[in-house]
Amino acid sequence: MTQMNMVQAINDALRLEMARDDRVVVLGEDVGKVGGVFRVTAGLHDEFGDDRVIDTPLSEGGIIGTAVGMALYGLVPVPEIQFSDFIWPAYDQIVSELAKYRYRSGGEYPCNMVIRTPVGGGIRGGHYHSQHPEASFIHHAGLKVVCPSNPYDAKGLLLASIRDPDPVLFFEPKRVYRAAKGDVPEGDYTVDLTKATVSREGSDVTVIAFGAMLYEALDAAVKAEEQGVDVEVIDLRTLWPLDIDTVIESVKKTGRLVVVHEAPKSCGFGGEIVSLVCEKAFYHLEAAPIRVTGWDTPFPYTLEMEYLPLSHRILPAVIEAAKA
Amino acid sequence: MVSPAENSSATQSPPGDIVHAMRDDGSLSAEHDPGLSTQQVVDLYRHMVRTRIIDERLVTLQRQGRIGFHIGSLGEEAAIIGSSFAMGEQDWIFPCYREFGGALMRGFKLQSFIDNMFGNANDAAKGRQMPDHYTCREARWGSISSPIGTQMTQAVGFAWAAKIQKKSLACLVYFGDGSTSSAEFHNAMNFAGVFKTPSVFFCRNNGWAISVPVERQTASDTFAEKGVAYGVPSVRVDGNDLFAVIAVTRAAVQRARDGGGPTLIEALTYRMGGHSTSDDPNRYRARDELEPWVERDPIERVRRHLQAKGAWSDDQEEALRTEVDGQFREAVANAEKTPPPSLASMFEDVYAEQPWHLKEQCQQLLSGARAPKAH
Ligand SMILES: Cc1ncc(C[n+]2csc(CCOP(=O)(O)OP(=O)(O)O)c2C)c(N)n1
Ligand SMILES: [Mg+2]
Repeated sequence: MTQMNMVQAINDALRLEMARDDRVVVLGEDVGKVGGVFRVTAGLHDEFGDDRVIDTPLSEGGIIGTAVGMALYGLVPVPEIQFSDFIWPAYDQIVSELAKYRYRSGGEYPCNMVIRTPVGGGIRGGHYHSQHPEASFIHHAGLKVVCPSNPYDAKGLLLASIRDPDPVLFFEPKRVYRAAKGDVPEGDYTVDLTKATVSREGSDVTVIAFGAMLYEALDAAVKAEEQGVDVEVIDLRTLWPLDIDTVIESVKKTGRLVVVHEAPKSCGFGGEIVSLVCEKAFYHLEAAPIRVTGWDTPFPYTLEMEYLPLSHRILPAVIEAAKA
Repeated sequence: MVSPAENSSATQSPPGDIVHAMRDDGSLSAEHDPGLSTQQVVDLYRHMVRTRIIDERLVTLQRQGRIGFHIGSLGEEAAIIGSSFAMGEQDWIFPCYREFGGALMRGFKLQSFIDNMFGNANDAAKGRQMPDHYTCREARWGSISSPIGTQMTQAVGFAWAAKIQKKSLACLVYFGDGSTSSAEFHNAMNFAGVFKTPSVFFCRNNGWAISVPVERQTASDTFAEKGVAYGVPSVRVDGNDLFAVIAVTRAAVQRARDGGGPTLIEALTYRMGGHSTSDDPNRYRARDELEPWVERDPIERVRRHLQAKGAWSDDQEEALRTEVDGQFREAVANAEKTPPPSLASMFEDVYAEQPWHLKEQCQQLLSGARAPKAH
């Protein structure tokens, strides 16, 4: 075990998998010589060379389109999109092509690739360096969406994602890139892409979170305990396909649900989770589910802390759910 | 990599030779002399120096933690000031993110710019955007977006609209060498060519897109030659030569206004600093790459020109610096005294009229607990 932050853990996973499997290639803007604007690919260019760690022209559509082609050939590309806010020029390639290749070719053309991209706010990035766009990808059948909250999961989930036969969007919560530190095993291991984890056990209210907001949910849980409310916090880890069993089991126990995400509320992923719980566990609910999310506005700059669903907004929601 | 050496040797690709107006001794060649009065040159010089001083001060503010970010124009002042100057009052400019000096010259108030850098209540963008993402319609200057390339097609559409309505204007769009790889560049060039829009494409080829050198953006010898494929006339200009930049931009504007359609200008310059305050260029480029460009510093060249004519003195230089410093300090003091935008302002301008759900969410925010201040 070594202490690592999330940047180091992801870097470690990439290095390990590139050494183990020569089909794995990394490509993107500034990923080579400089090792990425967040230094996630640092050192890989020196170790694996220009053919496998590739600085590309400035075109997300070009990066993802060619990565799809590489995957069709049989490589396992791991393209980086510098900020998830810049993924939209590649949206057509992702949702019309990557997501549908297996299906439209009757399984002849699977695309094994992982798109890594930093997500989320709280770094003074304004509209275009802060968004958390999971819902826009979950909505398109065929994509898996992962968002780790800690270094251990980040490494294990990334290794599992690269080995997964389906395309994966790997969202890295940049607010905790360096803040979240933890023990990470040196060698090879994976974290199951089908399993959420219960980060904190409790009996009164279920709080569902992921990525950077997990820490806010845990903080709110500690404060709720002071008020006599026992909170269970679930870290989804893989957002889609959702580990529905873990969610339903928890809600059956607590009867109360709070869902947290940074993205705007309307048509956000929280709406889907609440709907699923209503469909599958309606008679176990003792209170109306609550969503604590970003507001339905573009992501602001100066007021970003008032935009994010931080602990100070999760706590009253948890208390409200508990008292209902 | 573009090297200054290239600037003196002619390239025989379709766009032709690199246009220079200034000789090394500071005198002007007759062919590309834009015919400015001495006073005009002094004014332009002052704008260039002002831009650089403000750049330096903003970097300091960022290092002190007083602003969050800055993306500067160190070394690109002639390209920016010269091209913005060549645009008439009726013309429009769609900026990238490095051209605040041009906006200030066209009437954007320093105080407004600094309010944007602080994202305070007086910022015209209402503190919603990152620093350097200001908005200033008054200066006929577009609002700034981070996603690379998006302004290029929009600028073409803007110019096209004016053409449809038979208004005489030109619309210039700024972008970097890296941005020519975006789909938007190709769409913009193609549409502009097909519809002969009154567009000026101004490519600041500063050699780098963050850590990626120009050889990784294109296998073409020049960016200008990309115009050939789209039927868009193009020209390469010494981007560190204020006079040459003005001459070629004026010619492009004239062609646009005369119904001759678009022009692609490739200005050869160099990003003398990091990409932004978040970047350390020593990680990826050799320090000695900078030296030849220091010798061709666009500001020094104009100063030598003015001094040779006896039109600029050290005293004037000193006075200019003191003046800009004073204006800057005052603007910063005002900006720091100004409160952040109101909480309710976050929900405004999403739509022209606020729908029920935003009213509801605004109410929720106002009646809830306040967020921690720290980032
Ligand atoms: C669509 C998109 N992808 C990536 C980025 C991140 N990014 C910001 S600036 C930049 C480099 C731009 O280089 P260039 O066009 O040469 O302009 P310069 O910064 O040199 O002026 C990159 C990759 C972005 N802003 N938008
Ligand atoms: Mg550039």
